[in-house]
Amino acid sequence: MTDTPVALSAAPRGTKPRKRLTPTNIMLYGTLFVAALYYLLPLYVMMVTSLKGMPEIRFGNVFAPPVEITFEPWVKAWAEACTGINCDGLSRGFWNSVQILVPSVVISIAIASVNGYALSLWKFKGSEVFFTILIFGAFIPYQVMIYPIVILLREAGEGLSLITGTKIRLMGSIWGLVIVHTIFGMPILTLLFRNYFASVPEELFKAARVDGAGFWQIYFQIMLPMALPIFVVAIILQVTGIWNDFLFGVIFTKPDTYPMTVQLNNIVNSVQGVKEYNVNMAATMLTGLVPLIIYFASGKLFVRGIAAGAVKG
Amino acid sequence: MTNINVKDLTLEFGAVRVLDKLNIDIQEGEFLVLLGASGCGKSTLLNCIAGLLDITDGEIHIGGRNVTWEEPSERGIGMVFQSYALYPQMSVEGNLSFGLKNAKVPKPEIAKRVARAAEILQIEPLLKRKPAALSGGQRQRVAIGRALVRDVDVFLFDEPLSNLDAKLRADLRVELKLLHQKLDNTMIYVTHDQVEAMTLADRIAIMRGGVVQQIASPSEVYNRPSNKYVAGFIGSPTINFFEGSITDGGGEFLSADMHFPLTGYDASQGALTARPAWLGIRPESVITGTDVDHQPFTAEITVELVEPMGSDTLIYTTLAGIPFRFRMSGKASVAAGDALKIGFDPAQGSLFDKSTENRL
Repeated sequence: MTDTPVALSAAPRGTKPRKRLTPTNIMLYGTLFVAALYYLLPLYVMMVTSLKGMPEIRFGNVFAPPVEITFEPWVKAWAEACTGINCDGLSRGFWNSVQILVPSVVISIAIASVNGYALSLWKFKGSEVFFTILIFGAFIPYQVMIYPIVILLREAGEGLSLITGTKIRLMGSIWGLVIVHTIFGMPILTLLFRNYFASVPEELFKAARVDGAGFWQIYFQIMLPMALPIFVVAIILQVTGIWNDFLFGVIFTKPDTYPMTVQLNNIVNSVQGVKEYNVNMAATMLTGLVPLIIYFASGKLFVRGIAAGAVKG
Repeated sequence: MTNINVKDLTLEFGAVRVLDKLNIDIQEGEFLVLLGASGCGKSTLLNCIAGLLDITDGEIHIGGRNVTWEEPSERGIGMVFQSYALYPQMSVEGNLSFGLKNAKVPKPEIAKRVARAAEILQIEPLLKRKPAALSGGQRQRVAIGRALVRDVDVFLFDEPLSNLDAKLRADLRVELKLLHQKLDNTMIYVTHDQVEAMTLADRIAIMRGGVVQQIASPSEVYNRPSNKYVAGFIGSPTINFFEGSITDGGGEFLSADMHFPLTGYDASQGALTARPAWLGIRPESVITGTDVDHQPFTAEITVELVEPMGSDTLIYTTLAGIPFRFRMSGKASVAAGDALKIGFDPAQGSLFDKSTENRL
C-alpha cells in the first residue's frame, strides 16, 4: 500500500479572511471621518484665513485657499498688534506666559509628587483626612475663591514687604499668579501622584527601608526614576492648563504682565478700527501652538502614563 | 549571639488583633519556618521582627539587644520578599550595593562584598543587567544577594519561592538549604507551602489566627501534631479523622461500629481515659498486601476512586462511615470497585480531645 496524502480541503484553513466593507466598518470609519472633519475644519479655515491678505478676506470665500500667500498677519500678530497702549504684539504675552508657566509647572509638580509619595507610602495619623480635604478642594468652584485670594495675595505681599523691608507686590505680579497656579494644581496633581505611588509594590518600599534608605533617598533614588510616565502626564496637564488659563491671568496680573491668552483676547476683541481677521487667526494659532506641540511631542508618553498603574507591569 | 526572642508580641490594626501575645525564641543558626494558611499572621510577624510594622505591645530582641524601637536597617537583618522587590531602575550591581551605600560602607568594601555575594549565588554574569532582563529565578537570587551583602546574622524570607514555577522552586529550595548550611545564619522563613516547611526547617512554627499552634521539628509536627488543626494542616493528602470515643481504660477507640485497638499509644497528657475524641490516621500509615495480617487493625474496603500520581497511588474509599484516603505504591494495579484488605496501627495515629481538639 502507498501512502496517499490526506486531501487538503481548499477552505477553511489558516487565517480567517477579513471583509473590509462590512456595515460595522462603514459605520465606524464614517463616524471617525465626520468627527475628524468636524474638528479639523475650523483649523483649516483659521490656517487659510491667516495666510490671506485683507482684500482677499473681504471676498467672503471662507473655505477658499489663499490665492496670494502672505505671512504678514503672522508677523503682525507676533510683533505689531496693539493691545491698549502696547503695540508689540503677542510676543510680550508669550514671554509673560513662559515666565508664569515654567515656575508654576516645576513648583507644583515638585510639591505634588512629594505629597503623593508621602500620602501613599508614609502614611501618618490623619493622612487620609488630609488627603480627603485636599481632594475636596478640587470640587470647590474657582469663582468662590477668587476674591479671598485677591485679599490674601495683597496682604501676603504687604507682610513680605514688612519682613524684608523692600516693597514686594504679589497681587498683580507674575509671582502672585505662579503661587495661585501652584495651589490650584495641588489637588489633582497630588491625586495623580498618590494613585501612581500606591500602585508601586509595597515590598519595594519595604526592601528600601531594610536597606537603610530614608524618606528622601527612597523618593529620589527609587520612586522618582520609576515615576517618569506620571511626571510626563503631570507636565502635560499643567502646561496645557496653565497656558490656556484666562480667568486667573486676567484677575491676578496687570496689562504689563498679562499672559498670552489675555492678550489674545484683547487683540481679537478690540473694538477700534477694522477687524483684521487674518491677524486674529494668526494670533490664535500662535497661542495654541504651545499646548499643541506638547501634545504632539508627548502623546505616546501621555497615554502610557495614564494607563500606568491600571495594568500590573 | 544572634538568637531572636519575641516576647508577648501583640499587634492590632484598629480593633482587629492580628497577633496575640506571641512568644517565640529562635536559637542562633536555626532555620525556623513560619507556616500557616493565608491570613494567619505569619507575614505580619515577620514584618514586625523586621521592624516594618509598628507593634502594639511586646518586645523584640535580636542578638540579645532590644530592637523594638529600632529602624529596620539598624536591626542587623536582611530580608527577601515574595515579589523580589528589586529596584527596577538599577542594575543588579546597583541593587546589591544600594543598602551598603546607604550605610556609607567604603567603596572597596562594597565591591568586595558584592563580588562575594555574586560568587556564592552564581550571578556574576548578570551584574550589569537590569532586573527586567532577568528570569524569575535569577531575580530571586539577586534578592537573596541583596540580603547577603549586608553581612547580617539574621535572614528573613517572606514566601521567597511562591512566585516561581514548581521546578525552579524545588531547585532554589535546595540552594537555600545549602546556603544555610554554608552561612549558618539564623533564618526565619515564611511560607504556606508545607513541603518547603518540612524540607527546610530545623523547627516549624504553625500559626493560626495570630497564635502559634505548635513549634517543633518537622518530624514532631508531622508525627505528633499538638492539635487537630495542625494534624489537618500538615500532610498531603490530608490526614483521616474518625469521630468516636475512647473506651474505659483507653484500650480501644470506637467509631461507628469499628473497634480500633490503642495498645501502645504514646499519650501526651497522661493515661487515656474514656471520652469523646478524634482519631487521626495518616494516609501513609495504611498498609496493604501480605503484611496486613500483622496489623492491629484490619478492614475490608471497596476502592471508590484511584488517583495515580506516578510515585504512588491515592485510593479513596469509605471506612467507618467517613471518606478515607490512603496511599499505595505507584506500581499498585487497582481500579475502582476492587475489594482490598487494608491494615494499620491506630496506636501510631493521633488522638485529639473532642472539645478542646488538643492531642491526648
